[in-house]
Amino acid sequence: MRALANDISIERWTRSSRLALSTMGAVLCLLALAPLVLGAGAVDRMTALFVYVILAAMWNALAGYGGLVSVGQQVFFGLGAYFTIRLADAGLNPFLSLFAAALITGAISLPLSLFMLRLKGGEFAIGMWVISALTHMLVNLDRLIQGETGTSLISLNVYDSSTRRAVIYWLALASMAALLGALFALLRSRTGAAIQAIRDNEDAAAAVGVHVIGTKRLLFVLAAFGIAVAGGLWLASATTFQPKTYFSVQWTAYMIFMVLVGGIGKFEGAILGAVLFFIIETFFGALGVWYLIGLGATAVIFSLYLPRGLWGEIERRFDLQLLPVGYRLKLPGPTKIQWKQ
Amino acid sequence: MRQQKREAPPGEAFLSAQGIHKRFGALVVLDNVHFSMGQTDAIGIVGPNGAGKTTLLSVLAGAFPPSAGTIRFDGRDVTAQAAANRCRLGLVRTHQVPKPFSGMTAFENVLVAASHGGVASRDEAYERAVDALTLCGMRGVANRQADTLGLLDRKRLELARALATKPRLMLLDEIGGGLTDGEAQELVGTILELRRRGIGIVWIEHIVHILLQVAERLICMDAGRIIADGEPKAVMSDAAVVKAYLGGAPA
Repeated sequence: MRALANDISIERWTRSSRLALSTMGAVLCLLALAPLVLGAGAVDRMTALFVYVILAAMWNALAGYGGLVSVGQQVFFGLGAYFTIRLADAGLNPFLSLFAAALITGAISLPLSLFMLRLKGGEFAIGMWVISALTHMLVNLDRLIQGETGTSLISLNVYDSSTRRAVIYWLALASMAALLGALFALLRSRTGAAIQAIRDNEDAAAAVGVHVIGTKRLLFVLAAFGIAVAGGLWLASATTFQPKTYFSVQWTAYMIFMVLVGGIGKFEGAILGAVLFFIIETFFGALGVWYLIGLGATAVIFSLYLPRGLWGEIERRFDLQLLPVGYRLKLPGPTKIQWKQ
Repeated sequence: MRQQKREAPPGEAFLSAQGIHKRFGALVVLDNVHFSMGQTDAIGIVGPNGAGKTTLLSVLAGAFPPSAGTIRFDGRDVTAQAAANRCRLGLVRTHQVPKPFSGMTAFENVLVAASHGGVASRDEAYERAVDALTLCGMRGVANRQADTLGLLDRKRLELARALATKPRLMLLDEIGGGLTDGEAQELVGTILELRRRGIGIVWIEHIVHILLQVAERLICMDAGRIIADGEPKAVMSDAAVVKAYLGGAPA
């Protein structure tokens, strides 16, 4: 809370948000101990959950806060995995390769943004899909990958399976925490407010001094980096790399599902959506086609009847904000509006 | 890089536009417009719909570049500068159809302007945002999401947001349109307060009697040209102006 003159103050944290943040910290600490108690299968599943949270949070930042709806984000997921393979093949430690690959992918997204961010709305969305399909084909040309046959992250074999599993789990947990933290800090900063202003009206944002392209670029590159980390983690966990699995549009479909169901443009929404998706997949994933039909139907029902998503509804009904990025002006005197002429 | 604020050299106008042409395809919207003003002037712009008033304002503010011509502000050529940079130099506009950041609260709308317009420390941005909301009578709706605001508050928000950028010259585009007499009168009070703060005003408005309470000089545009420029009463009785408005000879 920042106090200004005349008893006016600006509220950024509430009691419930402070409580939520410390609870999240405690949960992260508990999760860090999980590999010591959980079985191998459960540890792998939890690793997948962390990857989902990263994917949902990144797509939400891009589309929900920045208004940049993309259906081609799998390009960064695939590139993250691909460069991990390439760097590991060149002799770099596989875990180090994973983060170096994300940095490279982030660096590639920078020149990509120069022309992609000139596209608006649907053009940008589809354009990203085209970029993804093109990249997929280029990766297939690499002899190391052997086309759609794919290859594996063989250098991981030097670690025994339980160590490997635990290290990947911890890396995924730490990456998730760090990326969520960075995103939260960015969205609460003045740049975060500019990102939302651009989403709502680009011309008006420029008219009040916001550097529109630079701000969009920052968000685009951050999302590319985050999704590349997720791709590298997925590869480390699965060890096999087949281009069509990683460059599949299903990844973006999952991101959209998680964000729509959880609540687009709500920081808590993406996390909730990822957890829900994880639960649905765990229980119904074995149903095959019917599982996919169920996912699609759920997404349609949500966008028709609960367009704010689950968290949006919770926030509206209970006026509850656990991870607020906004500002609230507190004025002196009675809080109720007084009507006087 | 942010250059130090400076006063225009003596003899040079604070804002000037020389030989401005603007074409959209084959359509000529501005046809060789010359315009200049001093730092604390208050200028009204009138003219029939389609005269090019809003386009002139957009070109001055940098929303899009002119097809030809030069714009100078505060002693430097800003023709190639983007809107965001001009805003940071102190030249800001409002929009005829309000363009609120609809997913954000009124306070957040104004805060974006305060923290990006004239780049400020966070505390200064807060102070400026509160001041702008207060001056525009919006404190009561500060925490309301902008898409829930009515027309009057949206118009006020346009003004408050522009004001929060710490402007030295404001370009106002029909902020009085659609308001009742009482509301428009309140608006005049706000704009006179801006003048007292030394902010220059260029105001496009159809409601002439409101405009004349603020403007010391009136410009009338028609078909992309300035057809009259001078003391308000003289301009309003000018034969070409009457013809442009009423399509007939002066009574």
